[in-house]
Order: sequence, then structure tokens, then C-alpha cells
Amino acid sequence: MTPKRYVARSSEIAARRLGNETMIMSGRDSTLFSLNEVATVIWEAADGLTALDEIVERRICQEFDVELGEALRDAEALAEALAGHGLFLLSDKPFQSVPALKEQT
Amino acid sequence: MSALMQEMNAKALRLGIPLSVQLDLTYRCNERCVHCYLDHNDHGEMTTPEIRSLLDQLAEAGVFFLTMSGGEILLRKDFFDILEYARALLFCVKLKTNAILIRERQADRIRSLGVDSIQISIYSHRPEIHDAITKVPGSLWRSVDAIRFLRAQGLKVIIANVLMLQNIHDYAGVKALAADLGVEFTIDPTITPRMDGDRSILSLNINQASLREVFRDEDLVGNVEEFCAPPKQADNDDLDSLPCSAGHTACYVSPYGDVYPCVQFPLPSGNVRRTPFLDIWRHSDQLNEVRSITTRDLPSCSRCVHVVGCTRCPGLAYMEGNMRGPSSQDCEKSFAKTGIPSHNLLSRKPRWEALVHIQSAKELMTLPAISPTTAQ
Repeated sequence: MTPKRYVARSSEIAARRLGNETMIMSGRDSTLFSLNEVATVIWEAADGLTALDEIVERRICQEFDVELGEALRDAEALAEALAGHGLFLLSDKPFQSVPALKEQT
Repeated sequence: MSALMQEMNAKALRLGIPLSVQLDLTYRCNERCVHCYLDHNDHGEMTTPEIRSLLDQLAEAGVFFLTMSGGEILLRKDFFDILEYARALLFCVKLKTNAILIRERQADRIRSLGVDSIQISIYSHRPEIHDAITKVPGSLWRSVDAIRFLRAQGLKVIIANVLMLQNIHDYAGVKALAADLGVEFTIDPTITPRMDGDRSILSLNINQASLREVFRDEDLVGNVEEFCAPPKQADNDDLDSLPCSAGHTACYVSPYGDVYPCVQFPLPSGNVRRTPFLDIWRHSDQLNEVRSITTRDLPSCSRCVHVVGCTRCPGLAYMEGNMRGPSSQDCEKSFAKTGIPSHNLLSRKPRWEALVHIQSAKELMTLPAISPTTAQ
């Protein structure tokens, strides 16, 4: 059985929802990133307490027409890529706390 | 600007999101710069809870870039509380400060809170010049020490060098100082009127000859031929373009909660103490009027040869009396770059002649649109 992976947003970033996308600036080197609609759902659900496979199953597969295995592989790749840029933290245990998000109304 | 940033700006414009806001936390200051446009007396700054509420509203409105400026921001005893709150809301925070209150401890705190950049005004590499402008003895070395503390923390620092009569010969020295300190350097040759409308400090602006010299310094502008190239002819897209981001994807909030399109555009558009920020942003008659103006709607500028490349500031135009009018300081910049007078300068002949007379006859012979007889 694959171990659970937990994802949390780093506090070393700036981020804001822009329509259905999210713009993020790395605190490490001020590089700017843009997440698409699907990645934005994962980003916003990454509370550090919910496992990535649960996010994919409950949010991605519910809101988008995608098969679970494929969505999970894509989500894993996204999480690894964002972690590589210092935007996500990854762990096999839940995190204590993550930065709050504010969305425009 | 990166392609992604351009895309984000375009999206923010389409969605009506204020991507960038400058929030002045105070107008109080511990320097008394000769060219400052502010009234430093406290007329009732927003309290800490008011600013926290405003920051919540700005985050909800979609603000990404938050510039905290003043006055001197570190004069607010709650500055770090405000900064911490802003960072918890994930703003990309930029600070503007004279830095003379920043020592090792403050630099460490700024780093730990994840500030994007700190812009610090340095007027000269010579204390006798810098300190005479700030009217605070020892201010240059205190600011330079602060830059070293910030750099030791790995923070991004930008030296801003405002040019005026007093320091026009020192920008190369300030640029060298910036290089020594390992920080970025930016130059601004524009002194703006006071926010209360008093235009007396404009007499500190550098003259046309100095402006021409600055614009032809390849260490500052890169490719001089390109920077000072003759103006391009405008097409329909140019005329349909927006004059500036002020009021479109950017705005300004004063320490008293007043909302303006920009810090340089003091058109009262609402107050967050009386009206929620988003209501002001979306429904203010003043902001909507600013948004309705395209380049085509500018009676003088739309007919000007410089319409494509001009740095026209609608705020400076507003302070000259008409937000659809020209910004004469930018007309003078366009003239200094290209040697070709703007529509506005030509319509004000006496002033235009005064500008021309400072150039030598030899220079005039080389200017494509001006014959020597024009200047006589």
C-alpha cells in the first residue's frame, strides 16, 4: 500500500487567486508561477491535514472529468514540482499549520 | 516585465482586480527632505485594527503586490505587527523606507517575515549632499549601514536616486555605491508637486540640459540610440490603449484611509473608514471616470508625435489641472530624449522657446524636426 502524502503551502511565498487561476511568487528567488484551475484546487486544498489522495478523490475527481489513477499521478507530479520550487511542503504525516488563504469575492 | 507578469496584468485588468496597491502607513517622517510632497503632521492615521481590516479587504479584492510606504514606515510602533499580518495574508510585500531606523534586529525581522524587496532613497554618495537634502546629519551613513544589515540577511534592496538640482552631479557616485553594496539602482528625474497642490518644489527639478545628459548616459539607459529614438507613429491600437495602470489594476490608500488612483494621482475616490474598499474600487465615480479614458480621449496628447512612447503621468496631468491633459514634465522628458517638442510644448511657445535656447546652435542643426530658425 502506498503511504499517505500530505501537502502544505509554504509560508515563504506570496499567493493570490486570480479568477480561476492562482499566481504565486517564490520567496526564495521571486520567481512567479501561475497555477491553472485544476492545480488551484489542489493548492487551496493543501491544508497540511488532508492527504493528497483524498484531495484528488474528493475534489479533483468530483469537479473534473478525470479518472482517479491518472489524476493521482498528475497530482503527485504537481506536488513534487511545487516542492522543488519551495512552494509546497511534503510529508508522510499531517502538518501542524499552514498559511491561511484569502480569495477575492 | 516577464511574459507571465504581462499575462497576469492583462487578466487582472479583464477581471477588474487591483493587482497592486500602495498603502502609506504614515505621513510622519524622521527626515525633512527638501523635495518631499507630503504634510508630515498626523491628521488621524488609521489604527492597527483599521489597517488589519483594510488588509483583509485588500486580500479579498485580489491584491497581490502590496507596497508599504510613507512617510517613514518604521515610525509606526505597530509596523511589524502590520507587516506580519500582511504576510500572513500572503501579499507580496515591498517596503519603501529611508531605513535609518533599521539595525541588525529589524533587518532580521524583515527577513523572517519574507518581504520581497526594500527600496531605500539615497540622494548622494557624499554626506554633505545627501544630509543637506534630508536635513538630518548622519542620515547617509545610517541608511548605508541599514543597507548592509539588510544585505547580510540576503534581502533584495533597491537604491532609489531621485534627481534634483542639489544632486544632479552625483548619480554616478550613487550607482557605484549601489554596486559596492550589491544592490539594485534606480533613478527618477522627476520632482512632483505637493499633494496639497503646492507646486513650489517643482523649482528643484533638473533642467532640460541635465535631463538630456542623463538620458544619454549609456550606463543608465543602455542603448542610447534606442532610448532616445525618434517617436513612432501611432496606430489605432495605440490610441485605444490605456494611459496607465492607475485605477485599472492599481491604486493607493493614504494613512487616513483615502483611496486615490495612485500616490501621484490625488483624485479623492472614497475613504475606507466610511465605505468598504471593494465598493470604492468597483463603484467610485472618480475611479470609473479614470477607467473610461483611453489615449484617444486625450485632446492634446492624442495629436502629439510622442503619443506612443511618452511616459505621460495622468496624475501629474491631474495636478496640472486636467486629468485628460498633458503632463508637462513628461513632455519635457520626451523632448530631452528626442529633441522633438511635444504638441503641448509647441502650444505654449514662450516656454518651448526657453527650452530650445539652452541648446547650442550646433545641437539644433542635428535635430531632425527643428530648424535653427525655429529657435531664434
